[in-house]
Amino acid sequence: MTGLTRRSFLQTAAASGAALTLGFTPKGALAQAAQSRQLTPFLSIDSDGNVTAIVKHLEGGQGPATGLSTLIAEELNMKLTDIRFEMAPANAALYNNLLFGPVQATGGSSAMANSFLQYRTAGAAARQMLIAAAAQKWSVAPESLSLKDGVVSDGENFARIGELVGDAARMEVPAEPRLKDPSEWTQIGNPQRARRDSHDKINGKARFGMDVHLDDMLVVAIRRTPRMGGIVASFDDSEAKAVKGFDHAAVLPNGAGVAVYAKNTWAAFQARDALTVEWDFSKAEGRSSEEIRADLAAMLDAEPQYNGNKADRAAVEAAIEGAAQTISREFYFPLLSHSPMEPINATIEPLPNGGIRYHDGAQGPTVNQMVAGEILGLTPDQVEVKSLYAGGFFGRRLNAGADYLVELTMAYALTDQSRPVKLVWSREDDVTGGWYRPQALHRVRVGLDEAGKILGWEHRVATPSIFKGSPFEAAVVHDGIDAASIEGIHDGAYSIPGMAVGLTDAKKATTVNWWRSVGHSHTAYVMEVMMDLAAEASGIDPVEFRLAYLDEETEDGRRAAQVLRLAAEKAGWGQVAEGRALGVAVHKSFNTYIAEVCEISTPDDMVKIEKVTAAVDCGIAVNPDVIKAQVEGAIGWGIGHAMRDEITLEEGAVVQSNFPDYEPLRIADIGAIEVHIVPSDLPPTGIGEPGTPPAAPALANAIARATGQRITQLPMSATTDFYS
Amino acid sequence: MDYSVKINGETRQVEAEPGTPLLWVIRDELRLTGTKFGCGVASCGACTVHLDGEPVRSCQTYIEDIEGSEITTIEAVSADPVGAAVQQAWAELDVVQCGYCQSGQIMSAIGLLRETPKPDVSEINDYMSGNVCRCATYQRIRAAVQRASEILEA
Repeated sequence: MTGLTRRSFLQTAAASGAALTLGFTPKGALAQAAQSRQLTPFLSIDSDGNVTAIVKHLEGGQGPATGLSTLIAEELNMKLTDIRFEMAPANAALYNNLLFGPVQATGGSSAMANSFLQYRTAGAAARQMLIAAAAQKWSVAPESLSLKDGVVSDGENFARIGELVGDAARMEVPAEPRLKDPSEWTQIGNPQRARRDSHDKINGKARFGMDVHLDDMLVVAIRRTPRMGGIVASFDDSEAKAVKGFDHAAVLPNGAGVAVYAKNTWAAFQARDALTVEWDFSKAEGRSSEEIRADLAAMLDAEPQYNGNKADRAAVEAAIEGAAQTISREFYFPLLSHSPMEPINATIEPLPNGGIRYHDGAQGPTVNQMVAGEILGLTPDQVEVKSLYAGGFFGRRLNAGADYLVELTMAYALTDQSRPVKLVWSREDDVTGGWYRPQALHRVRVGLDEAGKILGWEHRVATPSIFKGSPFEAAVVHDGIDAASIEGIHDGAYSIPGMAVGLTDAKKATTVNWWRSVGHSHTAYVMEVMMDLAAEASGIDPVEFRLAYLDEETEDGRRAAQVLRLAAEKAGWGQVAEGRALGVAVHKSFNTYIAEVCEISTPDDMVKIEKVTAAVDCGIAVNPDVIKAQVEGAIGWGIGHAMRDEITLEEGAVVQSNFPDYEPLRIADIGAIEVHIVPSDLPPTGIGEPGTPPAAPALANAIARATGQRITQLPMSATTDFYS
Repeated sequence: MDYSVKINGETRQVEAEPGTPLLWVIRDELRLTGTKFGCGVASCGACTVHLDGEPVRSCQTYIEDIEGSEITTIEAVSADPVGAAVQQAWAELDVVQCGYCQSGQIMSAIGLLRETPKPDVSEINDYMSGNVCRCATYQRIRAAVQRASEILEA
């Protein structure tokens, strides 16, 4: 990555007059740099023939740098390994996320779904213009020419694309360039292992936000309120002054903490620890996790606030009352922290023109511009965003409060704004810092007839809304119902008769946020454990039982049934080895269908996770190996948190503080993972998140098979010992 | 205080207070940022470096305790045959996702292979259990350690 800003990038392109840069104008028309300054550069080719994909989604390990580069490589008939990439700068209009704009953001497993046509179109246009330039140069018909591995040729004449870019940039941009037919693809669908970010990440060269160091920089650490809603009453920094490297301390304008400025990270942490702060907790949260859970239960005792799927509740309840068998369960899900490996950080650098530059693993770069506008009064064009690798994010680097960006920008605003300011969080800041996956309580009653068929499914959820008050509220909240609170229940792949979904918004005890797979992180667990219970009550095989509710006349039913059958077959469903047990789950999220079979053993009455077999249908598999990696990781994410993670509160303060008590999945916790991809010619869908939802219920169902115990409260470690 | 630090074959002078973790000397003073800060309490392994060839957690190793020792960080491991084999295996198998923990994973894997040239799965699990990967790249880490072992044997 060269990390040029958009402005300098375009200037470079224009000044040399020998570069072809293609993208889309804000109105969606294809354009190139010589013709429009208002374009989205998705690719550029310089006069040395170097092709660079410009990646508009944050690379946090989920693979957009590789995926979007693949699309460009494909249309230019070059090898993925011959392409470079760089991160796009911030520009909401230009890099609008088509799926949830008008912002430039990464999330909702949308990178490939959103970009599949855009990047191919830009690549195809570049191919066509290079060929047109060569055709003109040699006075031959463009149809006689082809482009491959950086050379345009008709068999007699040869020209490297670097020689052609100057002329190509003067060619008319094709209105609708011809995309390669899938039968011609060599890069899309290629099982190669060619991650574009791999080398930098194994030799220590990859630059994350944490690695930013600027001359004369101040490092700031923040002592935050230990309880949400608390504010600083007073502070004393006399002991902090003894820390060498300490500069000064100041209360943030919103009162939520004290900013401690120092010349390096260690001094900032030490001085922060040496502060004495008096807090005003008169408006702070004071409940414990147990009290919060009791509040959720009380909500479920009452009539739901919202009829989540507009069902005839009375009819559903009547059907269940008249059923031959009823299964009732309550499920509890705790708060969870994202805790990406890279603790939260970001840097503001003052620019000579009065503007600023953020150095940030920015999940929503245009949010940085909004924050700078609010706090510093800068216009978006005065705010550059240099996007860096994120050391994981899982949703954490974007939230309704833009928490760390607001903190950093306030901390910068409190200085004379002449020096760069870098905000660094410790792991303790991260674990206690809020913006958690919200806690949720579900209560479900399922009525079955004598043959074991579902007659009615009454499902109540109490959980705080994530999306109300966020920039995406309009897209997700309708008639007061936050769709993310109940996604994956009634809108999944199953056709379940007589379903009523009630929702009640709970008061937030902490700030809450989207966390890898959002609402599916709890709803899939409830759905798939209840389906398993219903199968058991019916005396029907769990795979067969599920298939009976997947209507293969529908696309959802067909695709879910296909992955379910494939996972079952590959896992050896029905022929389990002595001492082993299998559990299955299938779920649709982010328009992707995944079934997972978890195989466990129970040495010394502990649960050992031997193997997980997954089958995935995410449409066209652009990079099959990246898809496999994402599913492997998402399974680990789902299982690891379900096993033993929770954030709890005592008197409104977070109990856990670091990895020793918010224990991540470790290598010995999980055995082999096998991922099978269903061939598809449908457009690509999400892959960062969908592997997570089925993982925990597949494990729970395997545990039930082995031990008879149905785990309805997470984390599982409260009732189950795990072998590692 | 002034300290001299032998790191990656060079001797560098730094000014630091006693009690400063080696991690912050490496990152903030020597500006070698391949070594990562993950937890600060030796619970995640992201800060793993070699001290006289042995993996240690640099967040719990202090500047005053390293006098005379040779420190090696991720930036210099390719010069070592084991380090080069591990990096090659990591690349072949595309182990990384976010990549933030991978410097530490690689430093630990080198330590493992020096001690146990042909580790089995349970030896890998035991040795590598102090290195957290929130992306859960664990099965590729296991495979890459075994691949590095093959490369070294060849």
